[in-house]
Amino acid sequence: MNITVAGIGMTKFGELWDASPRWLAGQAVTAAIRDSGVEKKSIQGLFVANMLSGMLGMQGHLGALFAEELGLSGVPAYTVEGACASGGLAVHAGVMSILSGQYDTVCVLGVEKMTDHKPELVSSALMGAGSNEERLAGATFPGLYAILARSHMEKYGTTEKQLASVAVKNHFHASLNALAQFTHPITVEQVLRSSCVADPLKLLDCSPVTDGAAAVILTKHQSKKSGVHIVASAVATDTLGLAGRKSLTELVATKQAALKAFTQAGVEQKDIQFAEVHDCFTIAEILAIEDMGFGRKGEVGTNMEKGIYTLGTAEHIVINSSGGLKGCGHPIGATGVKQIVEVTSQLRGVCGKRQVKQARVGLTHNVGGSGATAVVHILKT
Amino acid sequence: MIGIVSYGTYVPKYRVHTEDIAHAWKKNPMEIISALGVTEKTVPNVDEDAVTIALEAALQSLSYFKGKPSEIEALLVGSESHPYAVNPSSTIIGELLGVGTSYVAADLEFACKAGTAGVQMIAGLLSAKQIKLGMAIGSDTAQSKPHDALEYTSASAGSALILGSSNVVASLLSYTSYSSDTPDFWRRDGIRYPSHAGRFTGEPAYFAHVMGAAKLLFQKSKLQPKDFDYCVFHMPNGKFPREVARRLGFTSEQLGPSLTVDHIGNPYSASSMMGLSSVLDVVKPNKKICMISYGSGAGSDAFVWKTTDALVTIQKKRKEQNGLVSQQIARKSYVDYLGYLKQTHKV
Repeated sequence: MNITVAGIGMTKFGELWDASPRWLAGQAVTAAIRDSGVEKKSIQGLFVANMLSGMLGMQGHLGALFAEELGLSGVPAYTVEGACASGGLAVHAGVMSILSGQYDTVCVLGVEKMTDHKPELVSSALMGAGSNEERLAGATFPGLYAILARSHMEKYGTTEKQLASVAVKNHFHASLNALAQFTHPITVEQVLRSSCVADPLKLLDCSPVTDGAAAVILTKHQSKKSGVHIVASAVATDTLGLAGRKSLTELVATKQAALKAFTQAGVEQKDIQFAEVHDCFTIAEILAIEDMGFGRKGEVGTNMEKGIYTLGTAEHIVINSSGGLKGCGHPIGATGVKQIVEVTSQLRGVCGKRQVKQARVGLTHNVGGSGATAVVHILKT
Repeated sequence: MIGIVSYGTYVPKYRVHTEDIAHAWKKNPMEIISALGVTEKTVPNVDEDAVTIALEAALQSLSYFKGKPSEIEALLVGSESHPYAVNPSSTIIGELLGVGTSYVAADLEFACKAGTAGVQMIAGLLSAKQIKLGMAIGSDTAQSKPHDALEYTSASAGSALILGSSNVVASLLSYTSYSSDTPDFWRRDGIRYPSHAGRFTGEPAYFAHVMGAAKLLFQKSKLQPKDFDYCVFHMPNGKFPREVARRLGFTSEQLGPSLTVDHIGNPYSASSMMGLSSVLDVVKPNKKICMISYGSGAGSDAFVWKTTDALVTIQKKRKEQNGLVSQQIARKSYVDYLGYLKQTHKV
């Protein structure tokens, strides 16, 4: 597999009160096309990642909507929904469409507009990614990830302070990213003092509600401007609800998707220099690092406190140089695409203060629900 | 020069602790108090509503007024809790004040700035020489749904200003408004409690409008924050007025005397007018006050007031009669959360 990431673009992530989904999409795609040097007429397919538009905005049919909006009318266009993994899935679908030989060049757009809607409606809509039993029980995703966190704490002795260290790291990285939602560093004490959302998770253990869009232009052709390639694209699924899992201290879909991706790319964990992982809650980042084999089960929390995944002090791998979902923001459908944008930027060496030194191999990890979908991509120069 | 001839305030006697509300909903009281900056709020008695509260404030303002109630030629009452959907609060109050029948009366609604909208309208009538005296009232028994974030701050109080063209205690040097269609907070007809758009009520709503009005006022009056002795803002919680004052370049000393929110919460239409009254209670003559209200939906009214020597007489009377805002705030009795629910007719 050798798909070129020809162009990338993304909007500022945050509470973008004045921005409509159309505006966000336009900004990201226009930037990606301009970056790629590809003519718009060369784009043969459009994949739109989004989760909430139909439920919150009563607007479905996003493929055709954004094809029209972006001046791509006539181009085959698809909406891809896989909860918080929608973006990663859309990239995967774009990659598959090129590998199938159907298209040469496609655009993948991730877009989400969340702040126009009341928080309780957003929470309720997000639970569309959970199981019916979980919804009937009144569970929310903070509650489900709190169960995972508590299980991890009981089995491995992971502490609330270690969880907080994830948020501190990601806010530090986000402080170096002008497009991030939160550009201020925080301390462990601030995380521990923040409001309890779902014990043991505090407010600052949770990724925020975010507006934003990201887009990439993928092509089978070599690019004169970009030497970044997707060398693995893998997806795995698991039960929708936590009750169906054998273990609550790992996400099997992550393990399976990562294993497939490593095999596809012909690389090992030690070859990955940096990764954008799905830290919707701080425990999710710890699980991701462990499940993909970047750290031993039960030891990641301790190492997180030591700063071995932090820019400047990392021993082997930098995790979430963009700030992750926690610091950069989490506009659901856009997140997985933004991860590709960040890794591509790192591989191009254009990340300024948050640049990973001599970046050559990076990975993205995007999760839907509480681990029912996992998408892993590996990118190389 | 148009200005305030007299003013009156009414703060209900009862209070509920923020802590008690938080405990009722299993929330951490310190988190709530830290986030909102409000430790207690006023609670109306079981027989108090926006009309009775407005009447109390209006009566107090008349008690310092040398003329007769019948000289009032305009009576505008701003509230978002008018007891009747159809049947004006203003005529009930006018009748009980003894204004007579030769006056224009109207009820106003513009969320938390309905009272100051009335001030601007009466200023216009005075400037046009259509009337010689008018009264603008802001009064609310603010609604909030149990367990909503508003419940910690929605309060009750009233403030009345008698405006005229002579014998003023504070001259109105300049005023302006800033309005837009910004749906941050609303209550549809027939619905008991208001809805709000969470964090949207902050930056694009309160801060955008208050700062927008401030900039217009500064341009129009050719004054800057440093030229004012005091500032007053709408106070939906303890944080917003402090933050907007900081952003505009006012000091905590300029803002301090207006911060009634710390003690009584947010009595919606009465909030900024109560803040102004609190400043008028302590300010010396020839001092400038910048006042900016905010009403959701959304808009801000901005004013420049300059106190006169005549203010001292009213201050003295208010103090002698235990009528200062600070004295009214100090006169209090606490109810628990259940008492609060009963007195606001929620149970």
